[in-house]
Amino acid sequence: MIEKRRLRLIMPWAVTVGLFVIWEVACWLFAVPPFILPRPSVIFQALIQFREQIAQHSLHTLFTTVIGFALAVIGGLLIGLAIGASQLVYVGLYPVLIGFNSIPKVALVPIIVIWFGIGTIPAVITAFSVAFFPIAVNVATGLATIEPEMRDVLRSLGANRWEILTKVGIPRSMPYLFASLKIAITLAFIGSVISETVASNRGIGYLMLSASSRFEVPLVFAGLVVVGAMGIGMYVICVLFEQRMTRWAFRGNELVT
Amino acid sequence: MEKTPFVELRDVSLTYGRGAESLTAVDQLTMSMGQSEFVAVVGPSGCGKSTLMKLVTGLLLPTSGTILVGGKQVTRPVESVGMAFQNSTLMPWRTTLANIMLPFEIVHPHKRRLRANRKEYTARAQQLLAAVGLGRFADRFPWQLSGGMQQRANLCRALIHEPRLLMLDEPFGALDAFTREELWGVMQGLWLTKQFTAILVTHDLREAVYLSDLVYVMSQRPGRIIYTSEVDLPRPRSLQTTFEPRFIEIVHALRERISHEHSL
Repeated sequence: MIEKRRLRLIMPWAVTVGLFVIWEVACWLFAVPPFILPRPSVIFQALIQFREQIAQHSLHTLFTTVIGFALAVIGGLLIGLAIGASQLVYVGLYPVLIGFNSIPKVALVPIIVIWFGIGTIPAVITAFSVAFFPIAVNVATGLATIEPEMRDVLRSLGANRWEILTKVGIPRSMPYLFASLKIAITLAFIGSVISETVASNRGIGYLMLSASSRFEVPLVFAGLVVVGAMGIGMYVICVLFEQRMTRWAFRGNELVT
Repeated sequence: MEKTPFVELRDVSLTYGRGAESLTAVDQLTMSMGQSEFVAVVGPSGCGKSTLMKLVTGLLLPTSGTILVGGKQVTRPVESVGMAFQNSTLMPWRTTLANIMLPFEIVHPHKRRLRANRKEYTARAQQLLAAVGLGRFADRFPWQLSGGMQQRANLCRALIHEPRLLMLDEPFGALDAFTREELWGVMQGLWLTKQFTAILVTHDLREAVYLSDLVYVMSQRPGRIIYTSEVDLPRPRSLQTTFEPRFIEIVHALRERISHEHSL
C-alpha cells in the first residue's frame, strides 16, 4: 500500500524527466540543429540565462491569466446559473453562447485591440472569453440535473425558486463548477498567451514572439516550458480547492471511519 | 368514532398532455381521510399513485375535480407538508443534523426564528434523531449511513417541522426485508406520538396493513379506487401482529382484489 502511494507520487516526475531524456537523446542522435528543435539541456540553459526576463514576463502573463480567469468564474457562474435555472434563458441564450464559443479567439484580439489598445486588457479579455464557456456549461448542467424528488421535497415545504436555487441548486452544482475550473484555468493561459503573441509588449507570449524573430529558439522553448509549468501549478491549486470545497462529491475515495 | 375529513378528493382526474397523446393518470378519484388517520394507497406500478401524492400536496393541479386539505381547496403547494420518497433525497453536502434542520430554514414561522433560536431548534432535531435511533450519527454525512439509517433520517426531515400531513411515497421500497419491517415499527412509533395525518403509497400489502387504518386499492391506469379496506387491528401493532389470522385475512382480501384487477 505504502509502496503504491510512493509510486504514485514519483510517477509524474519520472514520466516528465523520461520524456526530456528521450527528447535529449533523440536530438543528439539525429543531430537536430538547435534552431529547429533545441535539446532540453539547452532550453534549461536558456531558462537560467534569461531568468530575469522570463520571470518578469511570465509573472505578467500569470497576472493577466488569473484576472481573466477570475472574471470567467464570476461570468460563467452567473450565466450558468441563469441558463440552468430558467428554461427560457437557456433556449434563448444557448445558441448565442455556442456561436460565440465557436469563434477562434485569436480572431477577436485585433478587434479588442481597436477598442482598448494593445497590452494587458486584450490579454485579460481573451483569457476570459475562452475560459467562461466550460464553467457556464458545467454549472448549468449541475442545476439541470437536480433530482426532481429533491425539488418536490423543497416545494412541498413551501420553498420559492430562490430558496430552491440557494439550498439545492448552487451546492449541487459546486462539483460541476470545480471540475470546470480545472479546464478553464488551462484555457485561460491559452487565451492570454495568444493575445500577448498578437498584440502586446509584455508577457510570455510577447517574449516568445520576439525571441523567435531573433532566432533565439531555445528561449522560445523556455517560454513554452514556463507556460506549461504555470498551467500545471494553477491546475493543482484548482484541484486542492476542489477537494476542499466539495469533499462530499469525492466520497468514493475516502475511507469512512 | 366519527372523524371529520382532513383530506378530501372529489371526482379528481388528471390528464397529462392533450389530444391523441394525452394520458389520464388518475380518473375520478373520490377519497377522504380523517385528521390523524394513517391511510395507505396500494396498486400496481404505474397506476398513478405518485400522481396522487403530487395532487394532494398541490405540486400538481387536477384537470377536474376538487381537492380539499384542512377544509381549504388546494390551488398551490400545500403548506406544512412532510414528504419522504423511496430514495432518501438527503443532501450529501450537509451532515445528517443539517439535513434534518432544512425545513426550519424554509417553513414559516421557523424561518424567522431560526437564527436567534438555533440552540432550541438543534436540540429539537437531536431529540428526533435520538427517537429513531440516530442520536450518535448527527454529525455524519448521509453517505456515511446505511440505507436504513438514511431512511430514518429522511423520516426525521419530513417530520421535524411537525407537519399536519405526511406523504410517504414507497419510503421503504429500496430496503431489505428486515430493515423494512424494523422501520415499520419506527414509523408507527412516530405516528402514535405525533398524531399527524399520513398517506402512504406502497405496493407492499403487508406494509400497508401494518401501518394504516384504511387501505385504498387503485386500479391500473387510469387509476381509480376499486376497493377500500378498513384495518381494525389494535395499536400498537408489532411484527407478531402480522402472523395473526385477522391480519392475514385482510392482506389476502387485498391481494385477491388486486390480482382480480390484473386478470381483466
